Amino acid sequence: MSNTYFLKSHEYARVEGNFAFIGISKFAAEQLGNVVYVDMPEVDDEVEAGEEFGAIESVKAASDLFSPVSGTVVEVNEDLADNPRLINKDPETNWIIKVEMSDPAQLDELLSPEQYAEVCAAEKH
Amino acid sequence: MSHRYFPHTAEDVQHMLDLCGAKSILDLYADVPEQLRLNRDYNLPKAQDEQQVRRQFAALSNSNLACFAGAGAYAHFCPAVIDSIVSRSEYLTSYTPYQSEISQGTLQYIFEYQSMLAQLTAMDICNASMYDGATATAEAMIMAVNATRKRRRALISATLNPDVIEVMRTYARYHRIDIDIIPEANGITDLCALDNLLQKGDVAAVVLPQPNYYGIIEDLSGVADKVHAAKALLVINAPASPLAVIRPAGEWGADIAVGDAQSLGMPLSVGGPYLGYMCCTKALMRKIPGRIVGATTDKKGQRTFVLTLQAREQHIRREKATSNICSNQGVMTLRAAIYLSLLGYEGLRQVNAISADKAHRLADALCATGKAHLAFPDKPFLNEFALDLDGISAHQLIDALIDKNILAGVAIDHNRILVAATECCSEEDINTYVSTLSNL
Amino acid sequence: MNRQLYEKLIFDYSRPGRRGFFFNEGNAQMPSLPDGLLRQTPPQLPEVDEPTVVRHYNNQSTNNFGVDTGFYPLGSCTMKYNPKVNDLLASDPGFAAIHPKQPTATMQGALKLYYELQQSLSEIGGMSEFTLNPYAGAHGELTGLMVIHAFHDHNKDFARTKVLVPNSAHGTNPASAAVCGYEVVEVNSLPDGTVDVDDLRSKLDNTVAAMMMTNPNTVGMFEKHIPEIAEAVHAAGALLYYDGANLNPMLGIARPGDMGFDVMHINLHKTFSTPHGGGGPGAGPVGVRKGLEQFLPAPRVVKLADSSFDIDQHNDTALGRISSNLGNYAVLIRAWAYILTMGCDGLAHVGPLATLNANYVMHRLKDLYLLPIPGPCKHEFVFDGLIDKSTGVTTLNIAKRLLDMGFHAPTIYFPLLFHESLMIEPTETESLDTLDTFCDAMRQIAVEAIDSPEVVKEAPHLTPAVRPDDTEAALHPIVTYSELCNQ
Repeated sequence: MSNTYFLKSHEYARVEGNFAFIGISKFAAEQLGNVVYVDMPEVDDEVEAGEEFGAIESVKAASDLFSPVSGTVVEVNEDLADNPRLINKDPETNWIIKVEMSDPAQLDELLSPEQYAEVCAAEKH
Repeated sequence: MSHRYFPHTAEDVQHMLDLCGAKSILDLYADVPEQLRLNRDYNLPKAQDEQQVRRQFAALSNSNLACFAGAGAYAHFCPAVIDSIVSRSEYLTSYTPYQSEISQGTLQYIFEYQSMLAQLTAMDICNASMYDGATATAEAMIMAVNATRKRRRALISATLNPDVIEVMRTYARYHRIDIDIIPEANGITDLCALDNLLQKGDVAAVVLPQPNYYGIIEDLSGVADKVHAAKALLVINAPASPLAVIRPAGEWGADIAVGDAQSLGMPLSVGGPYLGYMCCTKALMRKIPGRIVGATTDKKGQRTFVLTLQAREQHIRREKATSNICSNQGVMTLRAAIYLSLLGYEGLRQVNAISADKAHRLADALCATGKAHLAFPDKPFLNEFALDLDGISAHQLIDALIDKNILAGVAIDHNRILVAATECCSEEDINTYVSTLSNL
Repeated sequence: MNRQLYEKLIFDYSRPGRRGFFFNEGNAQMPSLPDGLLRQTPPQLPEVDEPTVVRHYNNQSTNNFGVDTGFYPLGSCTMKYNPKVNDLLASDPGFAAIHPKQPTATMQGALKLYYELQQSLSEIGGMSEFTLNPYAGAHGELTGLMVIHAFHDHNKDFARTKVLVPNSAHGTNPASAAVCGYEVVEVNSLPDGTVDVDDLRSKLDNTVAAMMMTNPNTVGMFEKHIPEIAEAVHAAGALLYYDGANLNPMLGIARPGDMGFDVMHINLHKTFSTPHGGGGPGAGPVGVRKGLEQFLPAPRVVKLADSSFDIDQHNDTALGRISSNLGNYAVLIRAWAYILTMGCDGLAHVGPLATLNANYVMHRLKDLYLLPIPGPCKHEFVFDGLIDKSTGVTTLNIAKRLLDMGFHAPTIYFPLLFHESLMIEPTETESLDTLDTFCDAMRQIAVEAIDSPEVVKEAPHLTPAVRPDDTEAALHPIVTYSELCNQ
């Protein structure tokens, strides 16, 4: 069983213990093109499952970021402030925020990697 | 259908219809239901030739008053160079510079304008998009609400221009922002009242004028610290020209500087078009609405300019955009850039010194007639002051001076008039002003 | 157009002591002010002489492309010819010197002009009354939505929190609705680009304040179900808003008021030929049908019983004020001059000729470019890139190659309905020769795409600037001269 879960809107949550590392999928990073800015919340901010927590911008596009899980932001990836293009290089290593989950049961509602792959395949057409 | 703006001959039209496989142009409108069609000419006059049109306009445009009115719009001198350059149709007839390769002219002057206004306000960033000072201030309020997340209250000084307050109220009502007015005390913002209002805890923006509606330069020492301690943003509204001499928003520690830049080379024109400016700190760069031009390089390694940070804007973010603003005030930013290039700091300092000198001499002479006194005698002012008339109404004074082709000012109460002087007011006008009041 | 960039910024010419303007009263002394109120650090403004300023801005202008330079087929922007006499009249000192707050008795001519333009636009729009105060199209949209909000508030109908917008709409529609505090709900389009009326019906209820539309829509198709749409929207208690961005082809043919629209704005810088000015200033007058006049913003120009004109400054209309004064007056002057010059007889042909030109270009190119929506268009139409996609040449490449050939690019990647949108609007002021030259260029690009695709993909080659690095500009924004120097 994989420890990575997805939203249809292309965010992933990689779970380690009670923490979720949240970022955007490889598919989304490719669609977006060169990332120029990531608007991130602050540490201690609360995020809600399915709600917006920030935004990611390329030169000519912008997407809101939705959180797959509820909880408290315990860390934001400061490297992205100086070098947002890290997301293009490797969106999976370069997570955006680390959240301490308040309700891990929410993970059951998310897509598995296989289910998510189907979503991407459908969008390509 | 022959008209000088229509190039087609009857043969051209026939050729085009043939290619389109249509019998008449109206065939191309077959999908417009019959009951919706106008089927008549508009109830408007028939076409006129250029001479007729010019004659009509000549009959309408006849105002020529020496101007002592201000209240947000000032009759500063506009050097001839401005109109000459701005009338170049490469500038005037171009669109928003999306195609940067063939828009470097527009993009570069906007970059120069941004640089000049950032200097003048002592802020980091400047946009090029605001319609006028009032809407710029309303946009600053919304920007502060967006930047402070979840806070929806703005505190606005009662000494701000009432038109600006009205526009802010309209925007706030529909954007669901609560406005509290910070009361005035003896012509200036009551800073103790501000302290109390900040206690409400949910304040996004504090909006203060400089100089204020009465022309008074307010002492805002320590205000930025208080506002920031309450986690709110400080917005200072000021007309652009005086910033050469008075302490600008950046030196007061403001987060956002806004105001009207009409005073930088734009004619009064019955109220528009003017230019709203908006500047902010680097921290707020991605929250500022409107167009921003940035420098980069092109494939040949040349320095080029492009519209940048576009992900904030309506054509990309749609309903999530920082604003619905789509204009940049192109030609007006060009006017300001040329004006500031010609005058430089020294010229702008002179404009303000001459205007202020005339205003102060006029104020002294008007008070010496014994028929008027300064509304706020102990307060510092530059080129505009509020005058209380004794025994006559503001309208009586205005009417008496209209007869002498002088616009006395703007009546702001029964016997209170707002008077502004600029370098365009002649000594003769000043003398006439004083003698007219004296004889009333 | 010039083929090279001038390298210098105005700041680069600055030398201490140079002056571009003198005042003979230069010895005037500043009144003494407390030191704490004075500027502490002088602003770094350029110090330049007058000839240098003139030459600098003159030369820079030659790096620009305007309607007077060449053909500007920019879809949805209506880049028609901007008559020169209009500019002359707008700079008349008899208007330019009028202070907005001067007594109305001293500006009767100016108010008469405002009033007559307001009346003319009401006639052209089929509306009851107009305000000319909104400063731009987007400002007009916002004002119009505020009018709608004020109307519902007046009726204590507070449940209406949504505005419906077709998914083909311009980005300002949803953005204006959001600034006005509304939630935006998109309505689907049918394959022919028109509004899906069934989808609209399913979204209409007592929480909807308004439906915003253009007609013709952004793909240049007339929304022929508009009577049905108006009826459905009104039956739900909502109002129908007309975005005047595409009014040009309707001139002389049909009026928004007669189509059932309740509130509309007009972009004077599109339909009424005022110059775009590199992005502004424009003007976005707002009209309303009978019964909504009271919700228009202050101030308003009114005609009194004695035929004189006055400014009603009161702020107690349901809406309040959206501008300090009477809008972009010098822009209004130009629009009025245009209407007088065209007359009812000229205006009647504006729409038909604009539509003829668009259909002609469409027919001359549709064998090479993919026309996703066939059938007669109105003032504009959309291609979905080249028919032959095998070359890898994109809409962006085609647009940039057109710059090499002396044309402005069409609107690209809008509307969002197609992947490779290329939207062409020729306007009525372009001659057959110009249209043919443009079509020839488009056809040549289609041939190049097959024969020498790299030439198209690497375009432009001949413009003053060539493929600026947008990514770098957004990654490390440099937005002032001092940042440029510190780079």
